[in-house]
Amino acid sequence: MRKRDLIKRLVLGSGLALGLSAVLPATAADDTIKVGVLHSLSGTMAISETTLKDTVLMLVEEQNKKGGLLGKKLEAVVVDPASNWPLFAEKARELIAKDKVAAVFGCWTSVSRKSVLPVFEELNGLLFYPVQYEGEESSKNVFYTGAAPNQQAIPAVDYLMNDLGVKRWVLAGTDYVYPRTTNKILEAYLKQKGVAAEDIMINYTPFGHSDWQSIVADIKKFGGAGKKTAVVSTINGDANVPFYKELGNQGVSAEDIPVVAFSVGEEELSGIDTKPLVGHLAAWNYFMSVDTPENAAFIKQWHAFIKDPKRVTNDPMEAHKIGFDLWVKAVEKAGSTATDKVVKAIVGLETPNLTGGIAKMLPNHHITKPVLIGEIQDDGQFAVVWQTEGTVPGDAWSDFLPGSKDLEGDWTAPINCGNYNTKTKTCLGSAAK
Amino acid sequence: MILAGMTWWGTAAAGALEEALPGLADRAFPAKQQAVQALAATGDSRALPILEALLAGDLYTREAADPPLVLARPSAAGLRLSDPLTGVDLGEVERATVKKIPLNNALRTALRGGIAALTLSSPDPAVRSRAAKDLMRDPSPESVTALRARLEQEQDAAVRTTLVLAVAVADLRVGTPEARLAAVATLEGSLYPEARNGLTTLIANETDADVKAAAERALTAIDARLTWNARAETLFFGLSLGSVLVLAAIGLAITFGVMGVINMAHGELMMLGAYTTYLVQQALPGWVDYSLFVAIPAAFIVSGLFGIAIERTVIRFLYGRPLETLLATFGISLILQQLVRTTISAQNVAVENPSWMSGSLQINPALALTYNRLYILAFALLVFVALLLILKRTALGLQVRAVSQNRAMARAMGVRSARVDALTFGLGAGIAGVAGVALSQLTNVGPNMGQAYIIDSFMVVVFGGVGNLWGTLIGGMTLGVANKFMEPWAGAVLAKILVLVFIILFIQKRPRGLFPQRGRAADG
Repeated sequence: MRKRDLIKRLVLGSGLALGLSAVLPATAADDTIKVGVLHSLSGTMAISETTLKDTVLMLVEEQNKKGGLLGKKLEAVVVDPASNWPLFAEKARELIAKDKVAAVFGCWTSVSRKSVLPVFEELNGLLFYPVQYEGEESSKNVFYTGAAPNQQAIPAVDYLMNDLGVKRWVLAGTDYVYPRTTNKILEAYLKQKGVAAEDIMINYTPFGHSDWQSIVADIKKFGGAGKKTAVVSTINGDANVPFYKELGNQGVSAEDIPVVAFSVGEEELSGIDTKPLVGHLAAWNYFMSVDTPENAAFIKQWHAFIKDPKRVTNDPMEAHKIGFDLWVKAVEKAGSTATDKVVKAIVGLETPNLTGGIAKMLPNHHITKPVLIGEIQDDGQFAVVWQTEGTVPGDAWSDFLPGSKDLEGDWTAPINCGNYNTKTKTCLGSAAK
Repeated sequence: MILAGMTWWGTAAAGALEEALPGLADRAFPAKQQAVQALAATGDSRALPILEALLAGDLYTREAADPPLVLARPSAAGLRLSDPLTGVDLGEVERATVKKIPLNNALRTALRGGIAALTLSSPDPAVRSRAAKDLMRDPSPESVTALRARLEQEQDAAVRTTLVLAVAVADLRVGTPEARLAAVATLEGSLYPEARNGLTTLIANETDADVKAAAERALTAIDARLTWNARAETLFFGLSLGSVLVLAAIGLAITFGVMGVINMAHGELMMLGAYTTYLVQQALPGWVDYSLFVAIPAAFIVSGLFGIAIERTVIRFLYGRPLETLLATFGISLILQQLVRTTISAQNVAVENPSWMSGSLQINPALALTYNRLYILAFALLVFVALLLILKRTALGLQVRAVSQNRAMARAMGVRSARVDALTFGLGAGIAGVAGVALSQLTNVGPNMGQAYIIDSFMVVVFGGVGNLWGTLIGGMTLGVANKFMEPWAGAVLAKILVLVFIILFIQKRPRGLFPQRGRAADG
């Protein structure tokens, strides 16, 4: 009996000591600036988001090597929202309220961003969101470093229309908010360009759809009308693989019906057999194959950090790099990490992107980006076949949707509004969200 | 006469080949395309292997060495280089020292056209036929002349048919009204997509009323034939979706149907089978075509052993408590997912298709059945028959049926029911693993892949009748076909919902499914 008591006490004691030692660095951490990382490390989205967590860790490490920020070391706080949308909001609250992070880098799907948005606005935090999205949003507390529709979807359609002479369009997407909004914008845009309604086919499939037989047969039939046909795909993530496989098996080649995808990047291609995909297109703002010294340095840094020379880089990683650089510059300029000061300082700041251009933070919290169209090669990389001259400024509110035509986001004085109506000269405020 | 002309032209253009070749190394795609066209136009026999190598991605450029353009084949040290013109060996180099020439679609089309022009008079009829088909895609006045010239000499009947078709399709676009009318007549009833394409374009642009009317008649005839093809195709799609459902559900028909265990980790057992396929492929590089034959027994054993371990450590304590079983197996499914995520990768892994499973079986020009689906359909039936034989003809099968019908009596007769439970569960799990091998050929292999199939599997087993293998087969096929026939007008999302609603209504009417178990056993 006594012996057992003793053991109990010992265990308790050592537990306490452990607990104390865990607390100590936290109290000593006042002289660090904390950076939150809000990316899923488990669940469906872990495939894409784990890499972004590593990217932020790499950027933090790099900044610390340069001497930190404002004389303090940076410290990354990593949480795992587990691909669970409500959990994103909880974890965001934890990061801002408990860990008191200066800025958060995170989210991938639009639904996770929508879930954390109220938290960031309520607690006045900062979120850097690195993924291409459907637009129709501009928040004071969010910086959208991924592409808005006018920086990805619209230029891609222009390329197909002007350079490949496409006359008939299949808009295929996964059934959720990003594809539905993007396709609505594209449909309006195509109709405005004089494409008839019967030359547009819209198709939605559930997440993770794997049986593409009849849809591919339909696309084949739709493409058999004597006009050049292309598929604009907002199909999400890994549902693309069986889709491309089925296209290959049914004998639809990229020369007959090219597919331009907005969610297929190097990371997604690294997990699959790329033979059936060769020649299909993707529109992004960055490709790993882009030949610039900045990009070569970034790839080298990434390989050294991740200790695996086979790992690829992709567009959202570049977006995080740009977002991180801009945040660092804004904090240096403001001399503080306080949200309001950073928001004020960051607009108008510039940093070089990895494709040889300049990324500039705009008043609507989007950035300027070049648009590149790449064709998939058999090694899982893209060969750039077309790119915009210079960069395209991100437009938060699409000009092709009736509800958002007159809106614009401007977070500088005197407007200070995410959805300012340029006709009525009023700010719709949070009521319009 | 023509042959003599061609050889004369060939020798005259010998210098043109050397002149056009450096253009392939140009960085700009249009320049490369010009070079390809120039190479094809030389008619030089040495141009063909170069164009073919470029299309296959075997042509590389290198810096500061002569010749800058090299042919490269994979070798032990990296790449073995040779001169594309002379074939002289240039030694081995590391991969990073040379750069592959990137292609784009316009370039690929130009390459195919160029290769077709050069191979139109190849001695192999299959090559000639393919060349004619390639030229049909994008007819130009030169290619029409070449096709006509070839048609005059062609002896092979099959190639002649393709040539006639190719000439007709080209005539629709560039011929005189009489030629167009004749071409429409040739194309009447043809199922080639190019024929239909050509006709629709013609109708849209035609000024001559006679030609237009004839073209419209021809198009109606083609469409009528296509409708029947489309129905056959949908039926095949349905059966193939059904075969996937049957494969996914048949293991569950054992564990849930025969043993009554609600196994939420069933999908993960399939996932383990798919990962086994991946690991087998990794262990046998270069044997992609045969690796599946190793993967099938390996997956059966891996998933089977996992199944037995799950049964021995968890499920056996929970018999007769369905809710606890459900929660426990759901927990196991999460553990298995995370296990794969941490030991292998959170990323999807690439499982290659063997070459004999790629492509499709061409029934007629408009109807092609994809090989991977055909094989999986056959495989599902094979697994079904094998399982049926195990249950009906083996000692294990007899014991399984005995235990599931009356455990106490079976034990009284000397059956070791605990061992039978473990083996039955292992069998169901092993079959799930085999299903995973099939799935790895159709869809992504990732830690979450199992979740997509668990609901479908339960749906099939409940619909078909719990405890009846035939029910699972018929149920799976019915749901597959129903789904595919609804999909064209309802869309993929709605079709799935409608099927689910139908099953709920059906279960209200017949709670025991399509093929209920009869007799005393059913009440036990």
